[in-house]
Amino acid sequence: MPAVQETVERVKRIDVDQYRYGFETLIDSEKAPKGLSEEIVKFISQKKNEPAWMLQWRLEAYRRWLTMTEPTWARVDYPKIDFQDLYYYAAPKPKKTVTSLDEIDPEILKTYEKLGIPLREVAMLEGVEPKPGEQDPAQRKIAVDAVFDSVSVATTFKAELKKAGVIFMPISEAIREHPELVQKYLGSVVPTSDNFYATLNSAVFSDGSFVYVPPGVRCPMELSTYFRINERNTGQFERTLIIADKGSYVSYLEGCTAPQRDENQLHAAVVELVAHDDAEIKYSTVQNWYPGNSEGKGGIYNFVTKRGDCRGANSKISWTQVETGSAITWKYPSCILRGDNSRGEFYSIAISNGFQQVDSGTKMIHLGKNTSSRIISKGIAAGKSQNTYRGLVTAHRKATGARNFTACDSLLIGDKCGAHTVPYIEAKNSSATFEHEATTSKISEDVLFYCIQRGLSQEEAVGLVVNGFVKDVLQQLPMEFAVEAQKLISISLEGSVG
Amino acid sequence: MNVALAKTGSSRAVSDLFASAEGRLPGSPAISAARRQAFETYERLGLPHRRIEEWKYTDLRALVGEVLPLATSPDATALSKAADAVKAHAIAGACRLVLADGVFAADLSDVKAIAPGVSVKTLRETLEKDAGDILETASTDAVISLNAAMATDGVVLEIADGVQLSAPVQIIHVATAASASAFTRSQVRIGKGVRATIIESFVAAGAQAYQVNDAVIVSIGDNADVAHIRLMDDAADAVNITSHFVTVGANTKLNFFNMTTGGAVSRLQGLITLAGEGSELAINGVNLLKKTEHGDLTLVVDHAVPSCTSREIFRAVIDDRAHSVFQGRIIVRPDAQKTDGKMMTRALLLSDEAEADNKPELEIFADDVSCGHGATAGALDDTLLFYLRARGLPEKDAQALLIQAFVGEAIEQIADDDLRAHVVGVAERWLERRS
Repeated sequence: MPAVQETVERVKRIDVDQYRYGFETLIDSEKAPKGLSEEIVKFISQKKNEPAWMLQWRLEAYRRWLTMTEPTWARVDYPKIDFQDLYYYAAPKPKKTVTSLDEIDPEILKTYEKLGIPLREVAMLEGVEPKPGEQDPAQRKIAVDAVFDSVSVATTFKAELKKAGVIFMPISEAIREHPELVQKYLGSVVPTSDNFYATLNSAVFSDGSFVYVPPGVRCPMELSTYFRINERNTGQFERTLIIADKGSYVSYLEGCTAPQRDENQLHAAVVELVAHDDAEIKYSTVQNWYPGNSEGKGGIYNFVTKRGDCRGANSKISWTQVETGSAITWKYPSCILRGDNSRGEFYSIAISNGFQQVDSGTKMIHLGKNTSSRIISKGIAAGKSQNTYRGLVTAHRKATGARNFTACDSLLIGDKCGAHTVPYIEAKNSSATFEHEATTSKISEDVLFYCIQRGLSQEEAVGLVVNGFVKDVLQQLPMEFAVEAQKLISISLEGSVG
Repeated sequence: MNVALAKTGSSRAVSDLFASAEGRLPGSPAISAARRQAFETYERLGLPHRRIEEWKYTDLRALVGEVLPLATSPDATALSKAADAVKAHAIAGACRLVLADGVFAADLSDVKAIAPGVSVKTLRETLEKDAGDILETASTDAVISLNAAMATDGVVLEIADGVQLSAPVQIIHVATAASASAFTRSQVRIGKGVRATIIESFVAAGAQAYQVNDAVIVSIGDNADVAHIRLMDDAADAVNITSHFVTVGANTKLNFFNMTTGGAVSRLQGLITLAGEGSELAINGVNLLKKTEHGDLTLVVDHAVPSCTSREIFRAVIDDRAHSVFQGRIIVRPDAQKTDGKMMTRALLLSDEAEADNKPELEIFADDVSCGHGATAGALDDTLLFYLRARGLPEKDAQALLIQAFVGEAIEQIADDDLRAHVVGVAERWLERRS
């Protein structure tokens, strides 16, 4: 069944030529020379005042990277990237040492304001009354770490978080201030040798966020990082490390945008999550990098390695992603379910338009007993884009009682695009129960029957069930992003194909 | 990983083998040149391994290691052994065509019973006349290249337009030579409006540790109604790698069924192209595996034109340390609007050391289509087992009943009553051997 008109229009509204964040901010910046060498790695490390062990770690990664080749298995097609033709470090030129938000370059603050990122929410803390009709500020508190090109420019709510014992700071600071934590966890989920882009990232990452939630603490507010690539020809390599200690909880959100440029920019991030016993991490992404223009020129190459390690028993990691940007997306947020009874979740909505190419999905690796995972993926391809879901679900010998449920739907709008599904399902013990489905009518016959019996059409019933389910997750996104995400979610499921 | 470097000692052994076998391989000088070229392709690629995506779960370098020398032509003793095996596996009423150790055995075949409108030749005579492009396939797969290089014989079957066959044609592959390889290649051309049933059986006549590399090229005309049934019941330590290339015309029905009940390593890889509008394709498969057996069904269904339907049902029952693989891909080309494709694969794991790998892929380039796939893996339902046991059934019997029902979903797609009963019988015997 072809897509309904309403859906077509909705998707058109977020087409590549409607990109709203394509402006450029003119600020002085400081850049490392073009290209990549041991000297550049040393330069970055020196800029960050890093201890010797960190430099050593980077150099090892760099040397390994030299021996690796780019992966070609994904269903994406792009001209070869010249890794020597990139700037690996760019930072807004500091006027002086920044101690408060007021001292940050007003141009940068303006940029974030334009993007709707509430860096200045600090003001609310100081007793500013909310305007009538506005939500109570206490409920919309979000601590933001803003990363501009290669450095973190501001982190809000630091003081209040500290009171709760939560460490939330740029990773460059964490390396200096909490070396014992960084040394213990950095690279423990995504080793430096993991893959071509993760290894590159390990060598040259310049900044990113670091979060540590101590045992038993429920992080008092949402944490958020906002990534912005501004400079020309720069690669952004951020590194995020989140550790939830025993019995803690944290919800983290990242957003990303970039100016409109004719050339392609590289973004190769690594995100590592560690959840100890009874801990829960919720990681949400609204990825809106510049997707290129309607002729397929420009746009971000988004090669990201995201992995969560449910290390402790009863731990839980949940990934939610709304993917609308990037010329190329190569991204598989995964969960290693090591602890007994641990749980992994992956909810994804990937919308591709223009000449975008998306190859995204997840890996659920069941190692512990009674582990469970759930994958819900919706891909919508329009224009001349290619949208691929690629996922792995595997249960090892000792993962008795492992359970997985996967549902992936795709929708095609127009006859120039493609939607593909490449699931790998590997069961290595008899008590593992895996269900994979891609036909909407099979979601739950009981629930569907219930809805239809009450007068809904099949289509409405399916929409209600799936949207209701996904919405449930998305409503937990911070306000600023929830609105946009809701708009995307309301795209009808009508005419979807496996 | 450098693929080109990973050449094993076994491929060198094969290169000697080709040199020694070359004189025995039928064909005109042009065919010999084509064989040589195919062999060079194989030599360059070597045996497929897990770094090649299509062979990710069936690493022949690890599972098989080496290609065995070409089997010698069967002598009188071998043929009499083969005759017994043929008798045991013959389908009642079918017209039998027997390939023993990769050579057409005219004495064991019902050459006289061939129906009017049907022509049967051997690959050997076809190649010697240098007729056609029988060694060419649109594939770069190493095992198919090896088959083109080494194929000794096969059946070239042609069914003329409009022929309605009342009895099935059964091609039986019998292995009598132990520790040797048989390379066969068959071509089946089915005309317009034909109604026919083709059965292929792979059996052993006392032979052990043999290897089979078979290729079948099938083309089916418009408005035909064809059932193609394949029963792979090889010796427990045999290797069977078969490649199918099928092209289906317009408004045609093709009902394909495969069942694997033996073989240490077996793989059926098929490329089915729906080239005419309005055709209906049903592919059903059952893998019954035990001990350390490895069974792989890899299928690509290519919807090249609009308005075709495809249905795939696959069931795997895996016991002991066996390993079942299903890789299914449905491709819907940009013009193939109104395509309706469904694929369902389910695996039943009877042991904690069994393994099931499923990869049901969709590749869709048209927007007005309905495609879906489903995959499950799990153990037998405890509540159902309990229900049966509470009614006095011993555990093994209860299990057998549930397994029969599980694979029944695929088997019951066979339309012909007698054939279906025969297949059920083969499955039942497997279950009996298990208990």
